[in-house]
Amino acid sequence: MSIKNNNDSSVNLQRRRILTGATGVVGAAGATFLAVPFVSSWQPSEKAKAAGAPVDADISKLKPGQMLTIEWRGKPVWVVRRTPEMLAKLPSLDDSLRDPASAESVQPDYCLNPSRAVKEEYLIVVGVCTHLGCAPLYRPAIGSPDVGADWQGGFFCPCHGSRFDLAGRVFKSVPAPTNLEIPPYRFLTDAVVRIGEDPSEQGAA
Amino acid sequence: MAEYDTSNSQAKSGTLLGWLDQRYPLISTWNAHIGEYYAPKNFNFWYFFGSLALLVLVNQFVTGIWLTMSYKPSAEEAFNSIEYIMRDVEWGWLIRYMHSTGASAFFIVIYLHMMRGLMYGSYKEPRELVWLIGMMLFLVLMAEAFMGYLLPWGQMSYWGAQVIISLFGAIPLIGPDLATWVRGDYIISDASLNRFFALHVIALPLVLLILVFMHIVALHRVGSNNPDGVEIKKVKNEQGLPVDGIPFHPYYSVKDSMGAVFFAILFALVVFYVPEGGGFFLEPPNFEPADPLKTPEHIAPVWYFTPYYAILRAVPDKFLGVVAMGAAIMFLFAMPWLDRCKVRSIRYRGLSFKLLLAMFVVSFIILGYLGTQPATPELTLMAQIFTTTYFLFFLILPYTSAREKTKPVPERVK
Repeated sequence: MSIKNNNDSSVNLQRRRILTGATGVVGAAGATFLAVPFVSSWQPSEKAKAAGAPVDADISKLKPGQMLTIEWRGKPVWVVRRTPEMLAKLPSLDDSLRDPASAESVQPDYCLNPSRAVKEEYLIVVGVCTHLGCAPLYRPAIGSPDVGADWQGGFFCPCHGSRFDLAGRVFKSVPAPTNLEIPPYRFLTDAVVRIGEDPSEQGAA
Repeated sequence: MAEYDTSNSQAKSGTLLGWLDQRYPLISTWNAHIGEYYAPKNFNFWYFFGSLALLVLVNQFVTGIWLTMSYKPSAEEAFNSIEYIMRDVEWGWLIRYMHSTGASAFFIVIYLHMMRGLMYGSYKEPRELVWLIGMMLFLVLMAEAFMGYLLPWGQMSYWGAQVIISLFGAIPLIGPDLATWVRGDYIISDASLNRFFALHVIALPLVLLILVFMHIVALHRVGSNNPDGVEIKKVKNEQGLPVDGIPFHPYYSVKDSMGAVFFAILFALVVFYVPEGGGFFLEPPNFEPADPLKTPEHIAPVWYFTPYYAILRAVPDKFLGVVAMGAAIMFLFAMPWLDRCKVRSIRYRGLSFKLLLAMFVVSFIILGYLGTQPATPELTLMAQIFTTTYFLFFLILPYTSAREKTKPVPERVK
């Protein structure tokens, strides 16, 4: 306190300091607690959390090489019916991939295999680029003009040029750090897949 | 009669002005900041942009308030409410175009205003705080513009916000949770739109206003710099007034109003004839409603963010790209300390500074162009080269500026 007290010896400066300090500490503690509701109110609401229900998709009409987009939790989920040629090419790309074994990437344990799928034929991935969240484009043709002559088929993100193969695995020297995410899913029948539910949750829905 | 002290008042008592001035520091405030604020007499063209920034701010406030009267901040209704403003609200198209063009005008004016500061060394002692507050204004303005761009809920609004918020996700450990916290959802959604609206129309404008006030108060404490970069307070006349200074009013109030009218004519031409700015002020994909399942083929931010966006893309690593983009702005904050030359104005500085500044400006402009283009391998390489030269400006400057061979600085302004 810089206020001079005109030699008034009745003022107990030490007591003033303690009281001011104590007020400050209590006030700061109160302000910290008060900040909690304001900060927490920015978290996803209960309604937003509840919107993550699983969705079913009929994949019986999907032809080899075709892709189907399904909306799950507001994000695109792709189902690609891969041809045997597409699958045969996957191991040969390993050297040019950043995370060929998907060790650093997000997928359920039951999809941690070379084809990143429950059924080899069907690739099911979240269509959100792991770089900054754009939806990559499906470019299955070899040598697609907008991707390059040596392109072997896969996904290309138009935003920042990230490339992924037909198992959603990211190539080296592109901005995306990890492979495309695989959502939990299980086949209800051969024709219907349920996205957002693990195989272990049989009958839970 | 009065027990309060009226000796500070310069107005006659018994008049309305006198009555007011005894209760509010009307005359002294006017004199300190306008009537008797002495500014250097040699202000040139570059000195219009401070007052023009204020003019654009007023334009954004007024048109913005009018827009909120018809706009609906919800994912369901936002896009249609903009179309409603454009087609059905009386003069709505004009108010909307004044606001959207105003955003781009704001950045044109601010970039020129900052360029002025760099050329004439206006960030140097004793004006470091003026510069730092100005840089904070620039940051808040970028946040304000970014959040405003989400509100029309078009394709570019949506995917632009998706990309920029995902930048937070690149921060190690807390990143993904932080991005979710900012969005208020696992994706850009109604919750994100609604909170961006609140920040865009209340929180950030309030911060802008306070910072503008502080920017001017800090400036008036130390006095304005000028194209010669000499202190006008050094040479004073018998009254203690700077010989090379003239009162802001009427000299610069008149000069600035001329600049304001000229600016308003240019602004009106853009608003009436090219309100979309050739796809740079309002991008074509933003005339389609947001679709969370489909990213536009080519995504680019509005022109005023493209230099930083090009830097982000130039770095082939998610986290380091974000760091480089942040550093591109943070280095500017440090200018008062990176530039160690005692001479302020570029007029009396050595060749090294002129070359460095030219390199910086060219890099900034080329990066701005590259940020609007798709990321082909050739253009990415170019972006990497100019990102390097952009940063070299800040890294070389501390070394060369300390050893610069400067010209003699005149005692008084020329």
